Amino acid sequence: MVNEIIEGFLTAVHLISTGDPTVVEISVRAVLVSGSAVLLSMLWGLPVAMLLGLKRFPCRFIVKGFFTAMLGMPTVTLGLLLYLFFSNAGPVGPLRLLYTPTAMIIGQAILVTPITVSFVASAIESVDPEIADLAKTLGASEIQASIAVLRESSRGVLLALTTSFNRAIAELGVVLMVGGNIAHSTRVLTTTIALETNKGEIALAIALAIILLVIVSTLTLTVSLIQRHKMSRPAELEKMRT
Amino acid sequence: MKPIIELENVTKMYGDLTALRQVSLQFHEGEVSSLLGPNGSGKTTLLRILAGLENPTSGEMRFQNARVDRGNINRVRLKTTMVFQKTALFNTTVYKNIAYGLKIRGYPQSETDERVKEALRIVHLDGYDQRPAKKLSGGEQQRVALARALVLDTEVLLLDEPTANIDPKNVSILEDVLSQVNKETETTIVVATHNVFQAETLTSRAALLLNGEIVKVGAPQEIFTWPSKLLESYARLENTFSGYSQVTGEGTSLVDVGDGLHIEVPFEKTGHITVFVRPEDILVSSNPLISSARNSFEGWIVQYMDLGPIVKLKIKARKDFTVQITKRSFIEMGLNVNSRVSLAFKASSVKTL
Repeated sequence: MVNEIIEGFLTAVHLISTGDPTVVEISVRAVLVSGSAVLLSMLWGLPVAMLLGLKRFPCRFIVKGFFTAMLGMPTVTLGLLLYLFFSNAGPVGPLRLLYTPTAMIIGQAILVTPITVSFVASAIESVDPEIADLAKTLGASEIQASIAVLRESSRGVLLALTTSFNRAIAELGVVLMVGGNIAHSTRVLTTTIALETNKGEIALAIALAIILLVIVSTLTLTVSLIQRHKMSRPAELEKMRT
Repeated sequence: MKPIIELENVTKMYGDLTALRQVSLQFHEGEVSSLLGPNGSGKTTLLRILAGLENPTSGEMRFQNARVDRGNINRVRLKTTMVFQKTALFNTTVYKNIAYGLKIRGYPQSETDERVKEALRIVHLDGYDQRPAKKLSGGEQQRVALARALVLDTEVLLLDEPTANIDPKNVSILEDVLSQVNKETETTIVVATHNVFQAETLTSRAALLLNGEIVKVGAPQEIFTWPSKLLESYARLENTFSGYSQVTGEGTSLVDVGDGLHIEVPFEKTGHITVFVRPEDILVSSNPLISSARNSFEGWIVQYMDLGPIVKLKIKARKDFTVQITKRSFIEMGLNVNSRVSLAFKASSVKTL
């Protein structure tokens, strides 16, 4: 077994270093699907997060609690619900979205929306409450003032983006159930790793697992470096001052 | 003078709490007015209504003769700006903080650069444009906030306790800038403060707020002629002493305030009077003082309060005195609780109520 793993690693290194077409195709599709899902979740999640972070209205805590609870939503449960929704007998069956990348994108976007909403709403709440009023006294409209607050909470937004993407690209349940793991169409990193492992093709599975880890850790590291750079800039300027 | 803002029977409620009750006031073009009152009297709420940040629960506000409502609130916000008591800054450079309002108004880059530079010059922060705003000292941050408001050249400038919690040097810079701006641009300025001396020196009209109601409006010179109970009720005047005054024959009087303490005042008066001296007008020395000050006492520190750049001392010198010094002086003199100190203040620093 140990030999198989070592052999798998060596083959994985070979597949990656030679730019194996299958590996490249699956990796690119995974990034595109998860990236699109995160953008879609931001599209509908940001306004909700801003509403929760900036406004006080009845039942606000219930809405917030709902999104917090949904953070732990099992992916297979969501996958099953979406399968029923997209299937021929489902409400949007005639659109024939099941087993397409579009269904995978929508599924992942729904999965990561609680992350977007909860993280961004919390980041907005942590911003100095006077920032919105400050912007308004400087002539900003309600929307411009909200954007000023969002800009102040950019670290939280960046964290939401990173966490959402990592959650999306690493999940299996939703993409497997609504994507179907069809070669050259809906096959992504996680579904292929599961499939190849079941088939005993450890080398390809390890190669894809390494790529998945590299993508996730590179993104996280890059974001950390950007934040570190932004934080250290004032310190550098402070040094210039003294 | 033409009124620029008029309030008529304005009431503001937060749930069951009445923050303002039937306030009717006018602010005139080019005038510097002050809203005096203790914490919780409604000064900030009134300023927020003037700034278009809050709507009155009932009553009416008119800006340049037009009733302010949801439809034209943005117009009021573009013509009015406010400097908050707690300095709020965007987490970016000084330049971007000051340029924010200009960008909202669509000023071209070259004019924005020029205006920001000029605003920084006015508040004595030349060359600070690329510094991170939140890394500046409290006084410098408040000057950035003032520059950010001044750069917009709005018709009305509202200031909420602009000099609270900053050191005397920055207070003096801010007060000079406000006087200069009012003279040069005829901006209407409204300052909310609990500092009667600031109201007296900076403004041409003062309104006294108590529990959300306007109880007095008048010229600042008249403030000290207001009933002392009224004054004491809103501004806990420190270093206030009452006693019997006797003429010295040298153009001054000596007030016996009890406990063997006599305070020399710069006028001739016989009879019972109440006097006070500002905490910042009292000199503190760790060694016995030989000076021209007519009032000089020995005592010791019973308590001190660190307020950032300044330190407030409570000194027992037969009577309790409150004294305000810079933190640097406090550290350099090596002061602490029980340190023996000398106090001195001029007779001319003593005011009567």
